[in-house]
Amino acid sequence: MHRVAVVVFPGSNCDADTLDAARAAGSDAYYVWHRDTDLQRADAVILPGGFSYGDYLRSGAIARFSPVLGAVAEHARAGGAVLGICNGFQILCEAGLLPGALMRNARLKFLSRPVRVRVAATDTPFTRSYARGEELTLPIAHGDGRYVADAETAAVLEANGQVVLRYVGENPNGSTHDIAGVCSAGRNVVGIMPHPERRMAPALGGQDGARIFLSLEARNATQHAGGDMRAVDGRHLRV
Amino acid sequence: MSAYTVEIRVMPRASLLDPQGQAVQHALQALGFRDVASVRAGKHLVVEVDAPTRDEAAARARTMCDRLLANPVTEDYECIVSP
Repeated sequence: MHRVAVVVFPGSNCDADTLDAARAAGSDAYYVWHRDTDLQRADAVILPGGFSYGDYLRSGAIARFSPVLGAVAEHARAGGAVLGICNGFQILCEAGLLPGALMRNARLKFLSRPVRVRVAATDTPFTRSYARGEELTLPIAHGDGRYVADAETAAVLEANGQVVLRYVGENPNGSTHDIAGVCSAGRNVVGIMPHPERRMAPALGGQDGARIFLSLEARNATQHAGGDMRAVDGRHLRV
Repeated sequence: MSAYTVEIRVMPRASLLDPQGQAVQHALQALGFRDVASVRAGKHLVVEVDAPTRDEAAARARTMCDRLLANPVTEDYECIVSP
């Protein structure tokens, strides 16, 4: 069982769903307030979606100076797993823990709907239970989701296989190279725009997002499951 | 120490798509301003700062931009100090 810290900022609004998703996957998940600097021996840290500090100035720009981010950066530097979902992804980019930035959607509209994405990298702590090339349906809910990186950075991301998720069929927000998620060079820090916590049970319309959270537990449970993770820690995915 | 006013202009980098500017441009053209060739939208911040010299005030403002007010990946900035 992994200890998973879900960071709560003023304006986070996906923290409860994210905590539930991590617990459903078998993790010992708990909240850490943004003013805290102790991650309480977390194995993994998740920055959830929402509108931290009202997204004033730029999405994630003010949250990145929260006291907790120092501890998150230290955890990341030590190789610890960090996942940023939506606003969490924006915060990780602002903090320089992930390359690039997230700008206003190309057609300005706030988008809240399911999209198709392809898993492009499975060698991260949060995607190891997927098969490479697998297509998923996951919800997006963002106004600032256009991933931007200069040509040089984008080329490095592609060459190193740091693109984790890619939009399939349509690119909803104008992201560079259809990028929906990236990881750090060390692969332990992952940022994704779609919300896996909103698609992790049949009652939510599907469970394509569940393995983001199950992947953490899968590290210990079945190292070589080969992507088709159906039972982790005695918990079964209903198909 | 003297009080300085620093006007800071933060603009999306010219090479990047600026959908906000484009939307304003289309709205202006719809209003009949056919002569509008392009619009870009950025931010204007006014910061009051105490500093020993005008140069020091400008340097402080640039540090503020580098650390918080502008995103080095997507934005450029300009600082104008007065008086």
